[in-house]
Amino acid sequence: MSTVLDPTTTAAAPSGRALPPSPRPRRLPRASTISVNGLLVVGCAYMVLPLLWLVFASTKNLEDLYSTSAMAFGEISLFENIGAVFAEGNGVFGLWMLNSILYAGVGAVLGALISVAAGYAFDKFSFPGKEKWYSFVLLGVLVPNTATVLPLYLLASNIGMTNNIWSVLIPALTNPFGVYLARVYSQAYVPGEVLEAARVDGAGPIRSFFSLGLPMIMPGFVTIALFQFVGIWNNFMLPLVMLSNEKLFPVSLGIFSWSSQAYAFPHFYPMVITGSMLSILPLLVAFIMLQRFWKSGLTAGSVK
Amino acid sequence: MTRIDSSPRPVRRRQPGAGGRAAAIFLAPFFTLFVATMLAPIAYAVYLSFFAEKSSGLGFGGTQTIFVGLGNYASVLASETFTGGLVRLGMYCLMYIPVMVGMALALALLLDVAANGARKLFQLLLFLPHAVPGVIAALIWIYLYTPSISPIVQAAASGGIEINFFDAHLVLPAIVNVSVWEWTGYNVIILFTALQAVPREVIEAAVMDGASGLRTAFSVKLPLIYPALGVIMLFTIIGTLQLFTEPTMMHNATASVTSTFVPNMWAYDAAFNRHNLNEAAASSIIIALLAATLSFVVTKMTSRSNKG
Repeated sequence: MSTVLDPTTTAAAPSGRALPPSPRPRRLPRASTISVNGLLVVGCAYMVLPLLWLVFASTKNLEDLYSTSAMAFGEISLFENIGAVFAEGNGVFGLWMLNSILYAGVGAVLGALISVAAGYAFDKFSFPGKEKWYSFVLLGVLVPNTATVLPLYLLASNIGMTNNIWSVLIPALTNPFGVYLARVYSQAYVPGEVLEAARVDGAGPIRSFFSLGLPMIMPGFVTIALFQFVGIWNNFMLPLVMLSNEKLFPVSLGIFSWSSQAYAFPHFYPMVITGSMLSILPLLVAFIMLQRFWKSGLTAGSVK
Repeated sequence: MTRIDSSPRPVRRRQPGAGGRAAAIFLAPFFTLFVATMLAPIAYAVYLSFFAEKSSGLGFGGTQTIFVGLGNYASVLASETFTGGLVRLGMYCLMYIPVMVGMALALALLLDVAANGARKLFQLLLFLPHAVPGVIAALIWIYLYTPSISPIVQAAASGGIEINFFDAHLVLPAIVNVSVWEWTGYNVIILFTALQAVPREVIEAAVMDGASGLRTAFSVKLPLIYPALGVIMLFTIIGTLQLFTEPTMMHNATASVTSTFVPNMWAYDAAFNRHNLNEAAASSIIIALLAATLSFVVTKMTSRSNKG
């Protein structure tokens, strides 16, 4: 890490480690490098320590949670805690996890397909009033999610559509920002000439979308799906207003209901903490594995 | 096959003859959902907001729906808990936006000059909190604020400082901290990506002219990433109006956070605790209008500064 440091700075260099003098300062003097990395380490610590606390806390029983130091192990009761999490309420936690996977998984794949189809159409087809239609999409990006949740509930309860899978799955499919991203990706990844050639060869627009456009835009598809997965997995207000049947809860809503009970029944605390830890593991793993995709999504999103 | 496009600038048709109909097939699913899950609910909420349920005199005979015009809007805006929530949300924005954007900018600028090898790890660690659902993020911090468990409170106490994060004065900054934790890393990545696109020659020229690291960061790099800053400001402002999850969690933990702490909680409370769906609808519309106005203003401002 420090091999590119410039030795000509006044900061005390460790003796016995002579570096060849570089022609001119390329990066930063040593003192600055130390402070740059130091500040970044402080920033990362702020982000990581609360998660680390969660990991430590999930290994403790109720007594140790209060009595032992936060960043040290007490008596290791991680497996007892995990057992308790899955045993509570006839295994309802497992059901919550499966629900979250179902809502977020189906919502992400189907939602991304719908967004990509629309974004692709906005990029590759010309039709009357195109930019007017597109401005509707942008309007959708600007209206915050929570502002439509309560109206959605009011409408759904009027037609008796609350408290079922569809009430949380269908609204999650609408992703105007995904359409915006898909248009950007379609411009970048799908050359018009290829579609032109396919048309000359007699392929219809739907066929050429599925056999040419979609495979080419795949990295964008994965990115949109990933962000939608996270959005649905993390959504709280929508399932909170729509669902009253505990068996339909996604995991974050389930943990919310446990944490509300913990104030009256402290034995819920270790379960809330261990359950929280278990519920964020899939997403952390997904993010670490799919770094390339979320970075590309953030880049495309900031191109104006 | 050629047709004359009505727009002044001729657009080359990539799918001649198929344009409109094919586009309709591709767009239909999205716009059906858009109407069903965004436009229709808002329209229905607007409709509901013009009526009120009045129970008839003696309590039997059920309730009567009467048209009250803008009456619900008037009573929502006259409600001290609603306006109090708006003021609180404003204070939250004044704390959250400068702190979060400032931190994200500082970390992105630092990341830009950090050693190549370390960058990837730093980026990942900074981004991790974004993978944590709001409910869990709020829970973790609530536990970190709870005196009997919190290592922070205990450390401060052993240093002779008594902090109570659930105190009425500290509870809002405590919520700000949760949001800062969740969103800073996400915005660092956006700004860092923008910084990476700054041509290296420009920076080298500044360094050759003797500009210090700080000077280069603020006078050369910063102006070149204004567009990206505009985008994150826009999304941050839209995001702050959504504030609901974190204060709702805090409401469970402490009486300092009331059930109507922010406008979204007020609307939720109106619907589910006070069972006044008409006022709930009116308050939702007020929040949506506020968000749309703010986004519009910010979009105009950023697009103007981009041109300049």
